[in-house]
Amino acid sequence: MRGLIRSVLVALAFAGALGHGAQAQQLRVGLQEDPDVLDPTISRTFVGRVVFASMCDKLFDITPDLKLVPRLATGYEWSPDQKSLTIKLRDGVLFQDGTKMDAAAVKYTLDRDLTLPGSTRKSELAGVTGIEVVDPLTVKIALAAPFAPLIAVLSDRAGMIISPKAAEGGATAFGNHPVCAGPFKFVERVPQDRIVLERFPDYWDKGHIKLDKITYLPIPDSAVRLANLKSGDLDLIERVAPTDLDEVKSSPKLITASIGELGYQGITINTDNGPPSKSPIGSDERVRQAFSLSIDREALVQVVYNGFFIADDQWTGPASPFHIKRPVPARDIAKAKALLAAAGQPHPTVNLTVPNTPTLMQVGQVIQSMAAEAGFDVKLQAMEFASGLSASSKGELEALVLAWSGRTDPDGNIYSFVSCGGALNDGKYCNKDVDAALQTGRTASDFAARKAAYDKVTEITDKELPIIYLFHQQWLWAMSKTVKGFAPYPDGIMRFNDVTKG
Amino acid sequence: MRRFILHRLGILIPTLIFVSMMIFALQQLLPGDPALALAGEERDPQVIQYLRARYHLDQPLPVRYAYWIGGVLRGDLGESIRIQRPVAELVLEKLPVTGELTVLAMIIALAIGIPAGIVAAVKRGTAWDVAANAVALWGLSTPNFWLGILMILLFSVHLGWLPASGYVSPFESLWGNLATLIMPAFVLGNAIAAVIMRHTRSAMLQVMRSDYVRTARAKGLSERTVILKHGLRNALGPVITLGALEFGQLLSGAVLTEQVFTIPGFGKLVVDAVFNRDYAVVQGVVLCTASFYILLNLAADLLYAAINPRLRA
Repeated sequence: MRGLIRSVLVALAFAGALGHGAQAQQLRVGLQEDPDVLDPTISRTFVGRVVFASMCDKLFDITPDLKLVPRLATGYEWSPDQKSLTIKLRDGVLFQDGTKMDAAAVKYTLDRDLTLPGSTRKSELAGVTGIEVVDPLTVKIALAAPFAPLIAVLSDRAGMIISPKAAEGGATAFGNHPVCAGPFKFVERVPQDRIVLERFPDYWDKGHIKLDKITYLPIPDSAVRLANLKSGDLDLIERVAPTDLDEVKSSPKLITASIGELGYQGITINTDNGPPSKSPIGSDERVRQAFSLSIDREALVQVVYNGFFIADDQWTGPASPFHIKRPVPARDIAKAKALLAAAGQPHPTVNLTVPNTPTLMQVGQVIQSMAAEAGFDVKLQAMEFASGLSASSKGELEALVLAWSGRTDPDGNIYSFVSCGGALNDGKYCNKDVDAALQTGRTASDFAARKAAYDKVTEITDKELPIIYLFHQQWLWAMSKTVKGFAPYPDGIMRFNDVTKG
Repeated sequence: MRRFILHRLGILIPTLIFVSMMIFALQQLLPGDPALALAGEERDPQVIQYLRARYHLDQPLPVRYAYWIGGVLRGDLGESIRIQRPVAELVLEKLPVTGELTVLAMIIALAIGIPAGIVAAVKRGTAWDVAANAVALWGLSTPNFWLGILMILLFSVHLGWLPASGYVSPFESLWGNLATLIMPAFVLGNAIAAVIMRHTRSAMLQVMRSDYVRTARAKGLSERTVILKHGLRNALGPVITLGALEFGQLLSGAVLTEQVFTIPGFGKLVVDAVFNRDYAVVQGVVLCTASFYILLNLAADLLYAAINPRLRA
């Protein structure tokens, strides 16, 4: 009997050792939301982009310092008139279903982006008039007019090349089982529970992929996400609340990573959309200037976010080369009062709508008390996010606290928001000079010309203030100390190249 | 008995039609344009228009109701706009999860509530009674989400005994399944245990004062037999009705608990769908929950009739 027990124990120990040696590297990642449909053509959520990053390689990608680098592409060349872009593709790249990624697949994907009903990529590629296969590893994209942000657009969802064979099965089937050319292939998805990906052995850049499996778990509550990380049920969590930073740092088992975002948090003012635009703040730029001057952005960030976010009054993130190097304007109550007096509105009422999350409500309250000192009577109205968005686009609000997650190219942060008739221009702000500068920004080919154009946009919008910018968030990740090699990117999207666990 | 059942089934159909209309109408009161909410951050006008047309959001209300109810009658609950999957499939996927959670919670509630109620009634006025009432009051007044987070902190973060959240299918691992469900089931069951305890107590108090209990005692039956056979059996009627109602409420009331413990059940499905204005999902889930509620009520009535022959007439 004793012999039997001993041999069982030995066998168990051996099996244990074997099991340990061959242990697969699995990473469990806590997300803030559950993504929408996993089809790069249709996808509409930020969190969807987070999951795609492991599954779908793009023609181009960004580096942490926002340089554009080729991925599925190896290089590109603009035609002299800037109306056609020739892209050279990487040889020997396979999709996760074993088919070849080539020029025909790129053409198929971009054509699908332009024609699939409900495609969210269509407007991003609006200027594209045709895609031509030059040879198996070369495609040529024709444009109606020069469009400088195109490479940046192709470094996001529009540049994720999908397997034509898999997509032929129909959009619904594809969205439930996406096939791309990224490092991890789709295994399963249980809505609101998990998305499981496993390493794609034939990935073109497999030398940089050390993990065997990634499981994404959507856990909306940041406190619960953190609890899961601390208990070891998760290895890595995104969007940690800045107020939890001290707690994370005090834990010997955890480390953090952070980087300033590409987007911004601001207040969109209704300047010309329906009756609420006739309010003092909507109808007079001096009132808006006074409002902006009454806010101490540094103090706001200090109070609500433990000083972790970045106070600023610009629409590009601090990492962007288009961000203007200048100090954040100081609070100036005397000047604000003078402006209000000049506008004949010493005590204007401002109806400020705030999404009903606890921290944004706090942002609203801090602004309310700061603006009161300049003479403003700020009335806060908390509104659930989708309702607020709807009311804002219908022109039912005076001012709305609204964030934008940000894009690599400056065009993605400003064009739709302040161009006349822009899709996200809820306040219907319109200024021909701004429009002209935005067009130059889109079409000019060299950096200096684009920078000059966007500086011009900033100069005008700083004065007219259709959006009062408040601060930039910092993306904050927390992870177990066993996770190594994680590099934060300013777009907030996790990339697992060279990340290990163990 | 058969007439009783048929009568009750007859009421079922108009009730369900009325419920379906209510669900549809109430949902329209939600502020916020669903096409806009679902169009994502870019709010592309072409996409918004496409979503409106595809999901009939541009049609008048009665037409939309007709589309929906027509589909429901053919067994088609529609499609989630957000993740492009049939609602019926989602419901079938989530129902067993919430079902299991609810059953576990109910077992915990009954296991705590009924014995505590009996003890409180039998030992009325003693320390036992006070203790049971105090526990009940605590259960009733503790918010689910708060208790949930505290339990996560204690059992997952500090002690490391249980996973903090998520769900494991029993087919994958029975132990894993119980480990993920025990905390949420306790949180849910805890509040209901309090209600059941209080009802059991008052029903028992009433029954124990009745003549037949005095007769039973006079016959010299043991106190145990008197309490369990004569007392409890008669006191259980209202407790069963209450249990069925609470059970139905659990199906929909697991919302907060599922959110805290990230359990991919009905509650989480509906909350996410409401925030994203994924109308078809909200309608499908609420219709199913309402149907269950109605069926559970029916089951309670039938059970009631089974233990109380006077109701069968």
